[in-house]
Amino acid sequence: MSALIASDLLALLPAWVLLHAAVLLVVTPLLSGPIALLLSRGRLAWAWALGISIITFALSLVLYAQVMEHGSVMYVFGNWAPPVGITYNIDALNILILLIVAGMGVLSLINGLPSVMQEIEPKDQAPFFAAFMLCLAGLMGVAITGDAFNVFVFLEISSISTYILVAMGGRQDRRALTSSFNYLILGTIGATFFVIGLGLVYMATGTLNMADITIQLQGQSDSRVVRAGFAFIVIGLGLKTAMFPLHTWLPGAYSYAPTMVGTFLASTATKVAFYAMVRFIFGVFSAGEPFDGALLELVLAPMAVAAMIICSVQALYQTDLRKLLAYSSVAQLGYMLLGLSMGTAAGLSAGLLHLFNHALMKGALFMGIGIFALCYGVRRVPDLAGLGKTMPVTAAAFTVSGLSLIGMPLTAGFVSKYYLIIAALERGWWWAVAAILASSVLAIFYVWKMVEMMYLHEAPKAKSRARKTHAKVPLLALIPLLILAVANVWFFFDASLPKGLTDAAAAALLGGGAS
Amino acid sequence: MSWTPELGLILLLAIPLGGSVGVVLLSRWPNLREAATLIAGALLLANVTALVLAVDGGARPSATLMQVAGGIALNFTLEPLGAVFAALASALWLINSLYSIGYMRGNKAKDQTRFYLSFTVAIAAAMGVAAAGNMFTLFVFYEALTLSTYPLVAHNGDEKARRGARIYLSILMGTSIGLFLPAVIATQVMAGSTDFLPGGLLAGNVTPVMGSILLVLYAFGISKAALMPVQNWLPNAMVAPTPVSAFLHAVAVVKAGVFTMLKMSVYIFGLDFMRTLPASHWLAWIAAISIVLASLIALSKDNLKERLAYSTISQLSYITLGAMIATPLAAMGAALHIIMHAWGKITLFMCAGAIYTARHITNVSQLKGLGKSMPWVFGAFMVGSFSIIGLPPLAGAWSKLLLMMGSTDPINRVFIGALIISSLLNVAYLLPIPVNAFFGKPPDKPAKPPTAPRLTVIPPLITAAGTIVLFFAIGPILDFLRPVFESGGMP
Repeated sequence: MSALIASDLLALLPAWVLLHAAVLLVVTPLLSGPIALLLSRGRLAWAWALGISIITFALSLVLYAQVMEHGSVMYVFGNWAPPVGITYNIDALNILILLIVAGMGVLSLINGLPSVMQEIEPKDQAPFFAAFMLCLAGLMGVAITGDAFNVFVFLEISSISTYILVAMGGRQDRRALTSSFNYLILGTIGATFFVIGLGLVYMATGTLNMADITIQLQGQSDSRVVRAGFAFIVIGLGLKTAMFPLHTWLPGAYSYAPTMVGTFLASTATKVAFYAMVRFIFGVFSAGEPFDGALLELVLAPMAVAAMIICSVQALYQTDLRKLLAYSSVAQLGYMLLGLSMGTAAGLSAGLLHLFNHALMKGALFMGIGIFALCYGVRRVPDLAGLGKTMPVTAAAFTVSGLSLIGMPLTAGFVSKYYLIIAALERGWWWAVAAILASSVLAIFYVWKMVEMMYLHEAPKAKSRARKTHAKVPLLALIPLLILAVANVWFFFDASLPKGLTDAAAAALLGGGAS
Repeated sequence: MSWTPELGLILLLAIPLGGSVGVVLLSRWPNLREAATLIAGALLLANVTALVLAVDGGARPSATLMQVAGGIALNFTLEPLGAVFAALASALWLINSLYSIGYMRGNKAKDQTRFYLSFTVAIAAAMGVAAAGNMFTLFVFYEALTLSTYPLVAHNGDEKARRGARIYLSILMGTSIGLFLPAVIATQVMAGSTDFLPGGLLAGNVTPVMGSILLVLYAFGISKAALMPVQNWLPNAMVAPTPVSAFLHAVAVVKAGVFTMLKMSVYIFGLDFMRTLPASHWLAWIAAISIVLASLIALSKDNLKERLAYSTISQLSYITLGAMIATPLAAMGAALHIIMHAWGKITLFMCAGAIYTARHITNVSQLKGLGKSMPWVFGAFMVGSFSIIGLPPLAGAWSKLLLMMGSTDPINRVFIGALIISSLLNVAYLLPIPVNAFFGKPPDKPAKPPTAPRLTVIPPLITAAGTIVLFFAIGPILDFLRPVFESGGMP
């Protein structure tokens, strides 16, 4: 039904858009970045970036329709046939990521305008949006490409622009600079590991095309070179994913970056790196082959559980709001890693579903905090006091998203946790179920700390409150938050869109049907 | 469009939620706002009555609200047990709403719109629990009930209320996510669904050991039933205004807990399978210990509402005990006790609230001699106490009788002892209150005795009368519930 409507809509577009949608998706934001730099005024650059990101989102919808119709789409550069030329492959797995990145790009740009105007100096605003577009292009590129070296290139494009974006928070808080530097060092180490791994794999296979690597690797699974390459790649991507205990760069980077950057990164950056990890482990090296699955069970699963518990406890003790959410993000990444480490279609599907839902809830929570910061300069948990009354709509949307983070029924977060627990039970991992539940209970406490402060504490006296310029919530900032909050409820009742994609993706990568 | 039972199921949610919209829209006009609550209450009661008649006629209306991805559905299916709970909750909610108006205005409480809003949402959640057609749906509404009552418990907003509400939320939600949810999911994995099946879903699908583990998870995960040691949230929730306590103790919250316990016993495990599980016998012991221990603690409390709270914990364990003994008679007794205890306990709470509104007295020891100035209130209190104790001709007599009759197996006889001890303790901690009020000497006479608002006095009189009516209406109720427990010899 929806496929029919989609194909009707596709027929309306010019043929060249359909034919080249895949490459346009990356090239448009990539080229628009430098142009944004030329636009002198901040608002103009913002409008440009927003326009481009909407086009990007539309293109990813076009690709979604094509994937729905054909199952997968391959774009061949310059008609050079695959092992030689570069290809872009779009299937159920990465279209999900592309939709999340492009969608969150649009929403965080809309939400971010007032805060960028407040936080970034006017002369820096155009470069800020330029860097943002590059970051977007890089993330899209990682997700879409079928070439292993391309992944490295795009990962670096997005990372380097992220270092810049984080450092731009330095005007608000000087700690942004050290955080950015910290991120730069660790991010570069991760990228280096990744590229070393690629080099070793290239040595063993003589190719960089992902599909071709898979073919060439057959029969080489006990080769030491391949194993070393695999290990380097997983650790390199693990650093970018903020896999516990390689996550130390993340809390600082998320919490001191400009508000809009925090929002965007929290809902996209680690997700894309996680996608790359899934692609390499299950796609390129099918199912952790070099180590016979030992990596998944003995390394990733324990790390995932440690992240879920330890980082949730750390979140509990944060008073800085964005740090709290950042630690919670690392814990939530643990859920996704846990799903991945089960090595079953059901587990992977649940992990990817949680990835989607987490983008919704964390995006909304960061937006909410951004609005609080904009209006009242809120940065710490006690600053939230009384906001349930003074900013009822924002506070309600924030609360709904917080409930989704806990995994309450009637919110999207519940659905992915439910499937994750089912997958763990089917795998016989009772300890994983216990960890998921324990981490959820911890989430109740750190979310409730904020909710209680908003609703049950009186607001402080007016004079300490009136620091900031915005007395009223800017509608522009509020709308994306409301969209995400509604999405958090919507995807409880109808999870068929993300669930359909994640099931298809897991089935394609691991064979066999997901539940 | 004419009314059908299926439409009635949807209306169970739609009427209270419509009422909540009305409450918000009319928040500036208190009289209209309260009218919205009362109209919603009356409509809901009418709807539930129609549904009860339909179920009595043998119908089992069913409606799937939403197909959550992957074979898991939000489904409503009404059977006699659920119909009884829905009828109980909607009837008492209407009475309690009348009482709320008197109490909240009499005490000039703040944030009344939020108060009525939370109430309407909570009753919608309770209706969802009552009509749930599978454990997944029940869990969803069970959690919604916890969340929607949280603002009610925290209503006063001071440090004490915040602390009580925090304990309320963390115990209820911690156990439900930590124990109840995995039990639901394990049921889904092992049996392929969580549907409530007559005769039991799990019977034949799991080994006795696995069944026992699941049963323990359910029994402590459903912490709204306040089985010791997960009872602590209930006394802490006493910081709330009295109508909330009445709602918690009689209308919805704890009743949703024991109702879930009974549903689990009857439809998930099946009574026959329950009796073969080793864990059910241990849990019955824990319930019996809860009954006696909570009664003893109640005896030691001077604060009236706290004493009633521990009394509730004790009485809830009667129902859990019946569900665990799992003979048809005991389970029937447990089902009856849900109704009978509710009418008795709400009477006691509303009286406590009326006393507080008139005199701002919270302790049992200060009540001496008040009976003369508040004869109706203490009269109702006396009737409610007798019903809780289980004296005929009051409602509580039947359920205790059936519970005892269901425990005649040699291994269960000890529980009869627990029930008798508890009844004696009931006498010891409840009766002195009205007796002292009527026959004790007041320490000093207030110059002009203030009177309780009429709306806080009439509702407890209605419910006290209800306990008498229920004693005589036992026949139809038994007939109505009989299909649920059909397998064994029923009276």
